[in-house]
Amino acid sequence: MSNDGVNTGRRRFLIATTAVGGGIGAVGVAVPFVKSWNPSEKAKAAGAPAKADVSKVEPGQMIVVEWRGKPVYIYRRTEETIGLLDTNSDELKDPENADEAQQPAYAKNTQRSRKPDVAVIEGVCTHLGCAPKYVPEVEPQPFQEEWVGGFFCPCHGSRFDLAGRVYKGSPAGKNLKVPPYSYADENTIIIGVDEENS
Amino acid sequence: MSNKSAFMSWIDARLPVTATFEKHMSKYYAPKNLNFWYFFGVFSFLMLANQILTGVWLTMSFTPSAEQAFASVEYIMRDVEFGWLIRYMHSTGASFFFLVIYMHMFRGLLYGSYQKPRELIWIFGMAIYLMLMAEAFMGYVLPWGQMSYWGAQVIISLFSAIPIVGDDLVTWIKGDFLISGITLNRFFALHVIALPLVIVALVFMHILALHEVGSNNPDGVDIKKYKDEEGRPLDGIPFHPYYTVHDLVGIVVFLFVFCFVIFFWPEGNGYFLEHANFEQANGLKTPAHIAPVWYFGAFYTILRVVPDKLGGVILMGAAIAVLFVLPWLDRSPVRSWRYKGWISRINLVLFGLFFILLTWLGTQPATGIYATLGLISTIVYFAWFITLPFISAKEKTKPVPERVTG
Amino acid sequence: MKSLIAVIFALLPSFVFAAGGNVQLNDMKVDLEDTASLQRGAKYFANYCMGCHSTKFARYNRVARDLGIPDDVMMDNLVFAETKIGNLMEIAMRPEDSKKWFGATPPDLTLVARVRGADWLYTYLGSFYADETRPYGYNNTAFKDVGMPHVLAGLQGKQVKGCAPVVIGFDPLTGQELKEDSCARTDDAGHPVEVLYLEEEGQLNAAEYDKAIADITNFLVYMGEPMALERKRIGFWVLLFLAILFVPVYYLNREFWRGIH
Repeated sequence: MSNDGVNTGRRRFLIATTAVGGGIGAVGVAVPFVKSWNPSEKAKAAGAPAKADVSKVEPGQMIVVEWRGKPVYIYRRTEETIGLLDTNSDELKDPENADEAQQPAYAKNTQRSRKPDVAVIEGVCTHLGCAPKYVPEVEPQPFQEEWVGGFFCPCHGSRFDLAGRVYKGSPAGKNLKVPPYSYADENTIIIGVDEENS
Repeated sequence: MSNKSAFMSWIDARLPVTATFEKHMSKYYAPKNLNFWYFFGVFSFLMLANQILTGVWLTMSFTPSAEQAFASVEYIMRDVEFGWLIRYMHSTGASFFFLVIYMHMFRGLLYGSYQKPRELIWIFGMAIYLMLMAEAFMGYVLPWGQMSYWGAQVIISLFSAIPIVGDDLVTWIKGDFLISGITLNRFFALHVIALPLVIVALVFMHILALHEVGSNNPDGVDIKKYKDEEGRPLDGIPFHPYYTVHDLVGIVVFLFVFCFVIFFWPEGNGYFLEHANFEQANGLKTPAHIAPVWYFGAFYTILRVVPDKLGGVILMGAAIAVLFVLPWLDRSPVRSWRYKGWISRINLVLFGLFFILLTWLGTQPATGIYATLGLISTIVYFAWFITLPFISAKEKTKPVPERVTG
Repeated sequence: MKSLIAVIFALLPSFVFAAGGNVQLNDMKVDLEDTASLQRGAKYFANYCMGCHSTKFARYNRVARDLGIPDDVMMDNLVFAETKIGNLMEIAMRPEDSKKWFGATPPDLTLVARVRGADWLYTYLGSFYADETRPYGYNNTAFKDVGMPHVLAGLQGKQVKGCAPVVIGFDPLTGQELKEDSCARTDDAGHPVEVLYLEEEGQLNAAEYDKAIADITNFLVYMGEPMALERKRIGFWVLLFLAILFVPVYYLNREFWRGIH
């Protein structure tokens, strides 16, 4: 084809406009397809807030509640182990809870909980997702000489203290996650709801 | 191309990307007088892509079991984010696919696109059409509504008309003594993978055969007869960019219509989504009026015209089979209806109108005036094919121009 | 070509709801934007229908969200089952029991508006009449010998079928209604025309009852396709986008084809 009389500038402009328009259209078409992979209403209903009664959880004991298909550990620390949480910060990767994503603001304290004794922590290892084992006894363990109570992941040996904070030398990089939770009353914890009394 | 990048040279040495693009796009010469009717090929391709894409997404949330299928469709419609849109795109897409396929086929009739040397293109096209009917039928069973169930019941029962083995064959197709979750499951497998693979392969062959001989055109003249000194047809222009930008206009208009239906008229007055199919399948209660989806209407009418089961099935089969041999029935020396005689032209228009009538009658009860009209239009349908060899051979045609008329 | 499309479209409206049969249907004006009507409809539905009919493909929280009802209000006033807000709207009645009681299991009503159409539902809910021969004392002109009792009888009162004066036109001079006894006329089969009329008023008067069943119908139409409004809203923008996209595409094509003859 000869290029006589071809207005190159006009052509280029129209091609660019069409390409941009087509690009916007393609993105628009992609939106429903991408969004359809979000959790459906059914999944959200299954992931609705979970209730837990902690009145019968004695110091040292733990219960496991399912929330969004994940195990949530709820346990009561003893006076002794609460005190020990102040002593091990040198051995931890993130003793100050610098990673904001790992706990709600109200759990950004040494105990990583609303109340010092009752801990609410997701039982999902931050390494590869195994469920860490609860080892609350303050005594030497095969995996750690000086053990102040905590969690040991059987999959790859990650270690956490009783606030869910990860020890240096573990394959896991982050502290165990604290889910959003609140107290409906003195002894009822609602996992998945942030505000108090809601 | 002189300014080919180093990257493209590297690729081309290993995979013929540039050569293929040139052969099928930038140096594929299409007649420059292609008109409105030639949009429907690319629309069909668009609908195929739409059905595959939305279909893949629907399988992600659909559960192929008698207990769960209906609920899972409603789950898609309500609980999955934008699930309703993907589902409407698929259900409306099926109707639009057939709509554009019918227009595409009628284009072939208008301009004699099936004639020598394009017989194979037509046959591949008919095979695609046949496979699409099977695909659409099985897809319609999946939502497990009343029409899904009873439509399947009627269609599968057609096989019982075959002498001796008929009843056993029906049981074998169902995989059960009634239409059940077992039937649903095998239809699901065929619908989502087996038939789409066949259809895509056939589409590939259809286009390959087309590009071998080149597109026909509204004048039905051979554009390869007159070439310039470089061997390019004088009446041809490169498909890319000319027809790509041309098709783009058609596609935007088509999408406008398609989206209008998806967003504002998804049920299509019960033609695209039948009312009774919003009720879960119930093997003990037949709906008052069983009608196939509109795109099967014509053949359903032909089926019902014969009061005998086997006779009806044979006639319906013949109605489809006769389309395959069309290239050998038309013995006219000219391709396009523009240069055929008046009788041919009137006959073709009548054939088109009666096909629409047949289609509509298929969605109506077969009683009274409808039954009479069904009989008349069935006769017209077959008469067109039967008379075609004689009329086309005897009829005086107009002189065909040497070059396309623009 | 244009005429071809015209023919196809001209044929479309003739495909009617099979369920309607030959019953004369009253025209129902659906308005999904009327949230107040939908809320009232939901309330009637929860109180009068959900004892027997589930809407098991819908979820309480979706209905609450779409109808602008806070979750706790929804739970307190519209959810009588022992369930959670995110759950499907199922009912406790077992199908075997209900089949024994009513002769048929009350159908799930999530999609009933899409099966029967709004006009039919509206007509049906207004067409119950006292009939001693039926086990629950009521029959229905839109659904002959229906197994369902007239659960709204307390609201409507006692409607009966018989001869009654009906409006046949207006006096051209005074503008007053002209009435005639319905039985003075005969139908196609030669029977006197019987009509439905209210013998005793219930808690609602005729106009209020009409509004109540319109609300229920409106709500059921919403239930059938809860995304209908969203669909149209998005559709508007999609069409607008395509209309705008048409401009550069059209000129691009014209630019390339300018020199081709």
